[in-house]
Amino acid sequence: MQENLVTVDGLTFAYKDRQILNGVSLRFPRGKVVALIGGSGSGKTTILRLIGGQLRPQRGSVRFDGQDVHGLGRDALYALRRRMGMLYQFGALFTDLTAFENVAFPLREHTDLSEAMLRDIVLLKLEAVGLRGAAHFGISQLSGGMQRRVALARAIALDPSLIMYDEPFTGLDPISIATVRALIRTLTDALGSAAILVSHDIQDSFAIADYVYLLAQGRIAAEGTPQDMRASSDPNVRQFLDGDIDGPVAFHYAAKRPLAADLGLPS
Amino acid sequence: MPAPAPVPTRRGPAPVSRALDVLAAVGYGTRFFLRLCGLGLASLRRPRLAIDQVHFIGNYSLSIVLVSGLLIGFVLGLQGYYTLRRYGSEEALGLLVTLSLVRELGPVVTALLLAGRAGTSLTAEVGLMKAGEQIDAMEMMAVDPVARVLAPRFIAAVLCVPLLAALFSAMGVLGGYLVGVQGIGVDAGSFWAQMQGGVDWLADVGNGVLKSIVFGFTIAFTALYVGYHAAPTPEGVSRATTTTVVVASLAVLGLDFILTALMFSTE
Repeated sequence: MQENLVTVDGLTFAYKDRQILNGVSLRFPRGKVVALIGGSGSGKTTILRLIGGQLRPQRGSVRFDGQDVHGLGRDALYALRRRMGMLYQFGALFTDLTAFENVAFPLREHTDLSEAMLRDIVLLKLEAVGLRGAAHFGISQLSGGMQRRVALARAIALDPSLIMYDEPFTGLDPISIATVRALIRTLTDALGSAAILVSHDIQDSFAIADYVYLLAQGRIAAEGTPQDMRASSDPNVRQFLDGDIDGPVAFHYAAKRPLAADLGLPS
Repeated sequence: MPAPAPVPTRRGPAPVSRALDVLAAVGYGTRFFLRLCGLGLASLRRPRLAIDQVHFIGNYSLSIVLVSGLLIGFVLGLQGYYTLRRYGSEEALGLLVTLSLVRELGPVVTALLLAGRAGTSLTAEVGLMKAGEQIDAMEMMAVDPVARVLAPRFIAAVLCVPLLAALFSAMGVLGGYLVGVQGIGVDAGSFWAQMQGGVDWLADVGNGVLKSIVFGFTIAFTALYVGYHAAPTPEGVSRATTTTVVVASLAVLGLDFILTALMFSTE
């Protein structure tokens, strides 16, 4: 068994004319939480969509357990995705289903389990996120933090080898953040799965990450353990960790013309 | 798999490029339609999904269809009586009302009502699922959203339109009877006998049913296609619902002319 479940090599991706990633290489080992940090729009979520095969890169490759994700046909890709779990930024729960039915959804779609066995598994998953008591709540009855936890239970319903967390702390109160943080670490250790944590929340992601990649301007600007990153003198790392406005990541998005020209003033 | 852009951009001289884009869009739309037809039939293997949608599309549209049918029957009864009286043919009122309903008004008005009532709701539902990342989440769970979400709605809408059109026509006949026979005093025996003698099951009722089946396909395809390709924003969903009403209504009226010309041109 390979140590790295997911291997990303030389990934290059652009939305039309806008270059998002430029030759990014990453490693995601089993049983480890790897954080992808970077400013908004730095391409973190795009990497998750590329790993899941929802986007196709212009160059580079993504290998999942040795299989080239973008070389697979539709059926093989779907088979691969059954080994992936994804926690969306706002949960992406099915609002017409209860919490229980949301977690049961992938099990109903992909297994022939008896109703009794399915019920036991769903309740165990909900117990793992502390929401067995809210199993029959509608989604609108759940708080943002609870929705995120139900989504997490759904993401792990099929015991995936890889769990991707897209901004799991955004918009949550401190108690919910601590709960989700503890769950990510515990689930990774318990399942032995690879975890990719996309976040721009330094404190929370560093608290549970084993390894960190910092994305800036479409490249890996720095990488290392959270301790390495904190001690780093790299200007990219310092700007991101210290929240400096001035630094390698420009405050102004590049404009095609100078300000004076846009305002119709003589240059 | 992500929904491919329906109109790919091509390079070349503008008119040629535009023509190729239109051709590509027509090809993509045709493939999407055929896929919906195939998956719609396959979705009957899980009848619960389609039954839920029949309930949502059919039952919830019942009141508007029945009331509209009755009111249009009232108007047909009045207008028909005043016109026929000029020629001393009041006893043909039942025939006039029925032929108007089963040939034209039943299928067309029902289709227009459903384009507004059920079509927009299908478009908005699918569009909002896309905006809420539910469609994305389904893809990442290795569940085909076209098969799981769109196909049962498609088959349900196709089944509901002819049934509702039949109920619309029945209510219209009842409305014509109430106004013509009970209100104005046309002879009841003549009203029913003329209808029985003058309406041909195959040429009149059968063609009307065939029209409503075609309209069912038209509305269902338009609503689901537009919703599935809506921009995942509030503005995008709003625009999509409007597009559904406009396109489906015009398509129904245009097809009605073509079908009428084909069906009744030999009389």
